[in-house]
Amino acid sequence: MTTEAQAHAQHPNYVKIWAILVVLLIVSVLGSMTHIRDVVLIAAFGVAIVKAYLVAKNFMHVNVEKRWVPYLLIVCLLFVAILFAGVAPDVMKHSGLHWTNPSATQPADSGAAAKHE
Amino acid sequence: MSASAAKPIANTRSGTGIPTARLITWWVIASEIVIFGGLLAAYIMHRIGHPDWAESASHTLTWAGAFNTFVLLTSSLFAVLAHQAADAHDGPKAAKLLRLTVLGGFVFLIVKGFEWTADIREGFVLSSGGFWSFYYTLTGLHGLHVVAGMIIMLVIAADAAKNQELQRVECIGLYWHFVDIVWIFLFPLLYIAR
Repeated sequence: MTTEAQAHAQHPNYVKIWAILVVLLIVSVLGSMTHIRDVVLIAAFGVAIVKAYLVAKNFMHVNVEKRWVPYLLIVCLLFVAILFAGVAPDVMKHSGLHWTNPSATQPADSGAAAKHE
Repeated sequence: MSASAAKPIANTRSGTGIPTARLITWWVIASEIVIFGGLLAAYIMHRIGHPDWAESASHTLTWAGAFNTFVLLTSSLFAVLAHQAADAHDGPKAAKLLRLTVLGGFVFLIVKGFEWTADIREGFVLSSGGFWSFYYTLTGLHGLHVVAGMIIMLVIAADAAKNQELQRVECIGLYWHFVDIVWIFLFPLLYIAR
């Protein structure tokens, strides 16, 4: 791991990274115009993950920070993943084998009704 | 007594190997990950559970979201260039770049204001359905973070212009980049996925 002084001395070409980020933004917008489901998903979320990585690595310098900092951030992301895994089955599925969850569909129905009023 | 000696011990020590100000910033970002992550996770699971929300999402203005993404990416560039200037002990240049970053945040908020106005005029308000509840909550909370960042950045820029407290430039930059990353995910979730 580099020292504090070394890390601060190693400023990459930020304008070049910004240009890459803008190109990726254009790719995501153009990809969304194809209306092909897989292309849209990759253009939207695949590109977003790459953009977030570039910002975290080059602008926030996570890669040259003390090692426990990225670990801390990853642990927080894992908490979010646990939340998703614990709650998503009840929210994403409204019925299954021998069970239904009518209250889950009601907000969607009322939302759709309010929209057309 | 010198200015640095007058500071509380908590502001000057770095028991973790990271300056205290930056350490606190990372903790703030860690807690923000859980806040925004929880909201985004809730939105994603509801969106998958309710495919009919795609119709609501089709009313958001992709061009406005894309322009705002460009604005925030550019403001992040200014923020990191301010950090670079602060590292070179060029406070006035860092202050100028921080103020340009604030200008980016201001443009972002103006565009967001136009968007919200157009949505509300079309009849899409917070209570118009699940999608719009999440839309206004997510973009509103993000907007509040943008406002907070702008205010703090102006305070830091005022000190930086006098070559004071330059270590703060990096900290506010970290926060701003995080706000940028949140928007990087909000853009496809609210504007592209339909």
